[in-house]
Amino acid sequence: MSVFNAIGEEREIDRDEFTPEIEPQATWCPGCGDFGVLKALKQAMPEVGRNPEESLLVTGIGCSGKLSSYFRSYGFHSIHGRALPVARAAKMANPDLEVIAAGGDGDGYGIGGNHFMHTARENHDMTYIVFDNEIFGLTKGQTSPTSPKGHKSKTQPHGSAKSPIRPLSLGLTSGASYIARTAAVNPNQAKEILVEAMEHDGFAHVDFLTQCPTWNKDAKQYVPYIDIQDSDDYDFDIHDRREAAEMMYEAEDALYEGEVLTGRFYVDEDRPSYQEEKQATGDMPEEPLAERYFDDDYEWERSYDLLDRHK
Amino acid sequence: MTDDELIWRIAGGSGDGIDSTSQNFAKALMRSGLNVFTHRHYPSRIRGGHTYVEIRASDDPVKSRGDGYNFLLALGDSFARNPQEEAYYGNEEIKPLSENLDELREGGVIVYDAGLLDTDEIEDFDERVEENDWHVYDLDLRGLAKEHGREVMRNTAGVGATAALLDLDLEPIESLMEDAMSGDVLEANLTILHDAYESVDEDYEHTHDLRAPEGTVDEEQVLVSGSHGIAYGAIDEGCRFISGYPMTPWTDVFTIMTQHLSEFGGISEQVEDEIAAASLAIGASHAGAKAMSGSSGGGFALMSEPLGLAEMTETPVVLVESMRAGPSTGMPTKPEQGDLEHVLYTSQGDSNRVVFAPGDPAEAYEQTRKAFELAYDYQIPAIVLYDQKLSGGHQTVPEAVFDEEPNPDIGSVVTEEDLEEAAQEAGRFKRYMYDGEGGVSKRSLPGQKGGNYLASGNEHNEVGHISEDPDNRVIQMNRRMAKLDAIREELDENADHQPVYGPEDADYGILTFGSAKGVAEEAVDVLNDEGHSVKAMNVSDIMPFAKAEVTEFLESVDEALVVEMNATAQFRRHIQGQLGRFGEKLYSLLKYDGNPFEPAEVVDGFRTRIDGSGDISEYNVRIESATGD
Ligand SMILES: Cc1ncc(C[n+]2csc(CCOP(=O)(O)OP(=O)(O)O)c2C)c(N)n1
Ligand code: SF4
Repeated sequence: MSVFNAIGEEREIDRDEFTPEIEPQATWCPGCGDFGVLKALKQAMPEVGRNPEESLLVTGIGCSGKLSSYFRSYGFHSIHGRALPVARAAKMANPDLEVIAAGGDGDGYGIGGNHFMHTARENHDMTYIVFDNEIFGLTKGQTSPTSPKGHKSKTQPHGSAKSPIRPLSLGLTSGASYIARTAAVNPNQAKEILVEAMEHDGFAHVDFLTQCPTWNKDAKQYVPYIDIQDSDDYDFDIHDRREAAEMMYEAEDALYEGEVLTGRFYVDEDRPSYQEEKQATGDMPEEPLAERYFDDDYEWERSYDLLDRHK
Repeated sequence: MTDDELIWRIAGGSGDGIDSTSQNFAKALMRSGLNVFTHRHYPSRIRGGHTYVEIRASDDPVKSRGDGYNFLLALGDSFARNPQEEAYYGNEEIKPLSENLDELREGGVIVYDAGLLDTDEIEDFDERVEENDWHVYDLDLRGLAKEHGREVMRNTAGVGATAALLDLDLEPIESLMEDAMSGDVLEANLTILHDAYESVDEDYEHTHDLRAPEGTVDEEQVLVSGSHGIAYGAIDEGCRFISGYPMTPWTDVFTIMTQHLSEFGGISEQVEDEIAAASLAIGASHAGAKAMSGSSGGGFALMSEPLGLAEMTETPVVLVESMRAGPSTGMPTKPEQGDLEHVLYTSQGDSNRVVFAPGDPAEAYEQTRKAFELAYDYQIPAIVLYDQKLSGGHQTVPEAVFDEEPNPDIGSVVTEEDLEEAAQEAGRFKRYMYDGEGGVSKRSLPGQKGGNYLASGNEHNEVGHISEDPDNRVIQMNRRMAKLDAIREELDENADHQPVYGPEDADYGILTFGSAKGVAEEAVDVLNDEGHSVKAMNVSDIMPFAKAEVTEFLESVDEALVVEMNATAQFRRHIQGQLGRFGEKLYSLLKYDGNPFEPAEVVDGFRTRIDGSGDISEYNVRIESATGD
């Protein structure tokens, strides 16, 4: 019997199983968009067929990083900006796990920007949720990489001179093979997108618009949102990089003009995941590495066999 | 220490194949039953710049590069010449001769490539030769090489000439060449080897006395570096995941591991930076693999926060730190022991980690294994601290050292049965519950049924939820901190990492850590031979510190000289800090010029301190007394 006995266990899964006995109200402010992510994730999991214990949720630091406290799965609340490197190695060590990483826009696009770029490039089979509230929440309202140009805060009293980064476009150029944007105020779409993201075999980047009523009062609550797949105004092929790129550009500009375009922006089903690539080059075992330590029949080779070259 | 020794130096341009040539020659000497120690000197340049490798060989154990050397093979810098005109330009081409003469011992032998070098261009060459009774052989090595093959093969011609001059059997050299090459290249090299050998025998009168020592070591030996020791120790301990970012000298370990991990069914990842590297190792370990990462000075600085994360989440991980001269990027290819305090104290809070500093390749192997074992048993980060010298220098080690069983044990992990009965709270497994055993609480792995919990870098309660409750904080802190005491106890019971060398009842002591071990031991031999009474201890258990053993050592001597390669006496301060006494007994011998200690410097340092009979003025070393007690 496998030591990871929760993996692949077939049974009815109830969304309540993902609720630990701990109250998010303890840290999240009333009306915070983070509640929406938590809810959508809990709803998505049973649909994906994943139970709490075969899932690993790795989060960064920030209000968003607390997601792993309020979501009952295996969790890893890491350090600011570093959720992705922790998550992708866990996935490599045990590809049978459902690995989800999450963090804020400061966390993912600021301090962890380098990791975002490289994790997307490698196309690890995992889901990355970025709580995009255009602000640093936990540290009390500083300007973030997605704050609009001119945004005033205690650390940018004269208004930010920087243009916001373009998260969707960045995901695309970096190599993410599934890119979507959803909003906490749109629970049905959010759930559907998370289901797709988790089922996607590759790096799925979900830019999740979450309002921060405490520090980002002027910012819209991301309503009215437009679902680009439901609207006749936006006709593009989500499998085509160029068309996707254009659509992303439009959506990124529109956001700061009060038009919230959400939906799927890019899907590449053909690109092999990093695990597949690495296995193809012989750099990664077919069997999960982590299993091997519990396999009594596995013959551990030792360095002694390498000594010939030193004689 | 021995009189009957060969110290052969091959000098030329970096990128000219000096490394591979010297490796083969060192192995040939080992195969003829000798003990061998190699020392690599190279600048931070890819091509260009002067470089040399020294091979010290003796029938007695050799533990350091020795003092000076007695055979110079001076090759020219091929790249310093204009390839079009086949003419020299610049001054670089004569460096293999001029740069190396200072350390050549009296009566030494010089073979130089007369096809590339001209002694007329070297000031006072003939006078110096006469003064020092050097024996000079001017061979057209380039010509010999070109005649049968290509110019680069002049290294082989040099080795052939060396063999002839030292009466060495060619057979081990030939068989090594056969292992390494084939076809036309092999044929050409063999012809050149023999040609050079014969031409020396026929055309030159042998005026020197130096011969290769007779080798009688009959134990099977291997020639390995400290980096091999670390990598092989990790492999045998079941490490199958490594993540890293290149930085000299850590790159050696990373490369060796990467080269083999896929054969062993493991995973190696070169990632975007060192923060990622350490974080990946943590992620892999969290999911249930044995994992490592590492770096050198600046790269390790970036690992500071993940290191603390590993401690707080109690994720086992092994990091290696290969020191080079700092601060900042310092001198990338030069050894120093200046990162001791960096490694001990980096990361915020009252953080704890295990630190071992092996002194030679055999210890590197053993202590890397121990580091993994402790990291996984106690769920704590463990660091193997070493330096550029141990990283790159090769040494003969009995093959039997590596003849050990693998240990894939992943340490303190719960089983499925445990989990069925395990304590739960808030729907989660009490993974951080104190069971009273050395601070260790059993962990579950993602995917195990009934084991879900939150690993958090924030202070947390038993199931991992963030908690700022004062009582919980104290309990969790005490539990994590208790690990080091438990580890110390375990080490005191089972291990003997602090070898004492020399007479037990000696009056004086020499204390070292890491790669300075062999130099100190050789110095002890010399000093005792001349009537001093001294012993040496090399301390490997840096954290938790080998308090009992070092105390015993220091109590038994009148005074001790702490020998370390840095400017601020970090190791001496660590001893004083850990033991809280002995300030009046401790003196430091410090060196930080980018070169490792040589035995004579330690000998003279000791003499200067003890009875004033030494003279350290010609060395780049400094003696300093401890301040305070
Ligand atoms: C290395 C490091 N730098 C800074 C911080 C302080 N810090 C904690 S959360 C945070 C920003 C959080 O903003 P964001 O990632 O957007 O998440 P949010 O709180 O808005 O969900 C910062 C700067 C830290 N914990 N670690
Ligand atoms: S500060 Fe903002 S992001 Fe943080 S919990 Fe409150 S509303 Fe949410």
